[in-house]
Amino acid sequence: MPLKTEPITINVGPQHPSTHGVFRMRVTFDGEEVIDVEPIFGYLHRGSEKLAESRTYTQIVTLTDRMDYVASMTSNLSFILSVEKLSGIDPSPRGVWLRMIAAELQRIASHLVATGFFLQDLGTLGTPLIYMMRERETILELFERLCGARITNSYMRPGGVFMDAPDDFWPALDRFLADMPHRIDEYEDLISGNEIVAVRCDGVAVVDSQTLIDASITGPMLRASGIDWDLRNRQPYEYYDRVKFNRPLATASDNYARYIVRIHEMRESLGIIRQCLEQIEPGPVRPESVPFLIRPPAGDSYVGTESPKGELGFYLVSDGGVAPYRCKVRAPSLINLTLLREMLIGDKLADLFVTFGSIDINMGEVDR
Amino acid sequence: MPDPFDSILYKYVYCTLSSTDDVACVGSGLFGGGLLPGGLEWLAYVLTAVTIVAVLINAILGGVLMMIWGERRLLGRFQGRTGPNRWGPFGLLTPIADAVKTMFKEDVMPTVSDRLVFTAAPILMLFPALLIYAVLPFGAGTWLADINVALLFIIAIGGANVLAIVAAALGSGNRYAMFSAMRSVAMLISYEIPLVISLIGVLMLSGSLSLVAIVNAQTLPFFIVQPLGFFVFLVASMAELNRTPFDVAEAESEIVAGYMTDYSSMKFGLFFLSEFAATIATSGVITAVFLGGWHGFDPIPSQLWFIGKMVAVLAVIVWVRASWPRLRIDQIMNFAWKALFELTLINLIVSGILLLIWPSPSTTELWYMAGINWGVFLASIYIFGKVLGPKHDPVKAGNIQPDVTLSDSDAPALPTGGGD
Amino acid sequence: MIYGFGLAKGMGVTLKALVGPSFTVQYPDRRVGIMGAAKAAGISTPSLLFKHPIKALRAVLGFEHIAVMPTQSPRFRGNNFTWYEDRCTGCASCAKYCPLGIIKIVTLPGGINVQEGESYAIETFDIDTGRCMFCALCVEACPYDALHMGSEFERSNYVRMDLVLTKEDLIAAPKHPSTWFRPQMEEAGYSPFAEALEDMKKAGRHETPTVDELTKTWVKDRRTDEVVED
Repeated sequence: MPLKTEPITINVGPQHPSTHGVFRMRVTFDGEEVIDVEPIFGYLHRGSEKLAESRTYTQIVTLTDRMDYVASMTSNLSFILSVEKLSGIDPSPRGVWLRMIAAELQRIASHLVATGFFLQDLGTLGTPLIYMMRERETILELFERLCGARITNSYMRPGGVFMDAPDDFWPALDRFLADMPHRIDEYEDLISGNEIVAVRCDGVAVVDSQTLIDASITGPMLRASGIDWDLRNRQPYEYYDRVKFNRPLATASDNYARYIVRIHEMRESLGIIRQCLEQIEPGPVRPESVPFLIRPPAGDSYVGTESPKGELGFYLVSDGGVAPYRCKVRAPSLINLTLLREMLIGDKLADLFVTFGSIDINMGEVDR
Repeated sequence: MPDPFDSILYKYVYCTLSSTDDVACVGSGLFGGGLLPGGLEWLAYVLTAVTIVAVLINAILGGVLMMIWGERRLLGRFQGRTGPNRWGPFGLLTPIADAVKTMFKEDVMPTVSDRLVFTAAPILMLFPALLIYAVLPFGAGTWLADINVALLFIIAIGGANVLAIVAAALGSGNRYAMFSAMRSVAMLISYEIPLVISLIGVLMLSGSLSLVAIVNAQTLPFFIVQPLGFFVFLVASMAELNRTPFDVAEAESEIVAGYMTDYSSMKFGLFFLSEFAATIATSGVITAVFLGGWHGFDPIPSQLWFIGKMVAVLAVIVWVRASWPRLRIDQIMNFAWKALFELTLINLIVSGILLLIWPSPSTTELWYMAGINWGVFLASIYIFGKVLGPKHDPVKAGNIQPDVTLSDSDAPALPTGGGD
Repeated sequence: MIYGFGLAKGMGVTLKALVGPSFTVQYPDRRVGIMGAAKAAGISTPSLLFKHPIKALRAVLGFEHIAVMPTQSPRFRGNNFTWYEDRCTGCASCAKYCPLGIIKIVTLPGGINVQEGESYAIETFDIDTGRCMFCALCVEACPYDALHMGSEFERSNYVRMDLVLTKEDLIAAPKHPSTWFRPQMEEAGYSPFAEALEDMKKAGRHETPTVDELTKTWVKDRRTDEVVED
């Protein structure tokens, strides 16, 4: 006689150690297996897009810092590129190189956070997380030298960057570049070959590449399924066409593949920074002709950039005033989150948070 | 029947208290012995037991406090940071701060709960952990009781924490707690079998279930003679203790605190205490059964040898906790039934055959048995890894192609989505 | 290889971290032994034993602490704003440019400070650091280099109203301006952690463009730009 079972619905509430911010899911289980997921977000909504309609463009840069708060530089960069396209400002070369260096450093820092917390959700009780936070500390100290703030930088301005790097920035950057590859090797020793990590992550939450493309997923999630789509390469912005870098691809498209793609991307970012250091020239970091208050002509612009989480773009509509008429953010975390239900159905409770961590969501970006 | 006077604690206290004519008590009592008048030997017996138990429980609780400090400090050092070092020199008073904090918190009882079961669960958890210490030999002649079914007693008692976890979860009336209880009940009863069978090899070698007799039989420590049994016992006892990589009962990042979610203040403190007490007790059992108990080189007293070996086992348990992630519950069950159970059966058969060849082995014969057993151990780990391990190397399966650098001209065509 | 080798490698990494140095910055104070106490006082250990025996005893017993501050860069955008009231004209560009609107300026007409030409008499100049996000847009906006970011971060308070820096607080505070957006201070090698900068002349000024340069940038060069279509 078959046993009578009943599915159970639990509320993985906004307050939970593993939901990477305030995120709520109503998950229905049949035993340990997930049969339905209903994500509920919006707990961190601060009205950034509406606020942007009454702020000048430089003030909006401070808003963009706080959207994806672990990757402020790349959010700044995406917004600034859109403003430059809208107002026709030509950035100065040294500013562009500095922006690229800052963006790649931020990519490493964001991947460290993503991987560290992914491993924390696996149950490692913090050892790789603490190691990665140590490296992130070094990067944040570099940012402090550069622009005075560690996380919410507001470093970039239309036309370039705010201020040139101080003299003690470059030796510190060289020390970081020399030290980081050994640290990444240490992480690989600790985690990549670990049989328990392999058994937990291998073959879990596999998504095929056609589903990913249909759902507009971008970033490391897409590259982990074998599709070579990186906006730095396909639609080059800044001077990414002057540097050579590999895009690590994986074909398995499971949690392990997403993790290993991020580790390798960190190495590639180090290579990009080295090439920027070779090609940077002294000069002004911002053209003199950029006015204090920018009044772009009426029109709209969108520039898609490759943030650590995927394609980040700001769609700006201007009506000629000092503030945009509409500022719409294409947030990669939100778009990547839409596939959560398909990925989670059929997996076990223990894999819920691991999969959620491998997508690399930042709730500040989802809710804005 | 073991002689109670073998335990020096018992001898001194009993002979001090009672005025018996037993030859073992001549010249052994403090203050000249015989504090109680004659005829009251039963009272002396009871008072002796109570005294030693009181001393032992205080020592256990002191040990648990040290373990709290040791674990947090060691975990910190493994992670490259300083552990707690504010309270007291090297942070040694941190557990006292922990205890005071735990006691002063508000005791919350959820309304949807069964009050009796809710309150009884932490107490049920503590009893088995404390009872194991009754039979542990802490040194030459230093034990509370040497019963001749000590191992059986330990195994029987150790199975009682399953009941406590289920009681905690059912008493809470909380779905997260129920999840963790379901998982952990399945896991705990599955891992009892490899735990028990791996001890049978030791039992055959020593011929007795009494822990003192097992320690005395270890002219060569049994982890050398029975590596497979040691490995399986270590892994199975880490599972019984709900320690990483098997800590699904309290998987902090998934179900917050599992069965302990609704507990606060002293009830939570009791859970915590009993978990650490069980850990120390289990490492004491591992030391006594596999690492040679109190045997060691002369100038250092045997009690220090036992405690030192126990601390080494505890350090390995904390080291494992710091290094590895946790397994999923179905993988834990697979591991227990497909790997550990078979390994213990192999160990049993091989040990049985070796004992047929060399009954009552001397030390050299123990070395021969050790050699054969190590060969069997490595071969079986290898074979089981090949058969049960992952079918492919995940790094290669992840198929990282780090040398891909495409220029735009030879970029492959992207698959298009449904409709342009 | 034998299954389980990856696990052993992982344990090796943690073992290496165990015996290596720890990277904790023990802010705000760190316990020192006798040699650390001697080094902090700048004298050798035997002279510490002889000259300050009580301090040596406390160090041995573990009661001696030295203060630790995390490393900060001179550009650190901190609390405790530096305001040179002689330079401020009351133009309120900083208040206009603040995204949060936390600067409150109330002025009275009248030529009081004539160093910068005509300027207002400032009656109120409040910065609400309880809601400040330290973005330093106000510093960028100030045309007279009168407002600079500070360098502190330890300004917690029990009363929220005490977080508002009034004009008197700003005048009386020791001035450790951050070098953020003040390249002239950076070129002079100033560090806000070394000394206070009370004399505003030492704080220098951005080179203001001359009238000819301004005409060239804003009038002559712009006439050759394309006319923007609607």
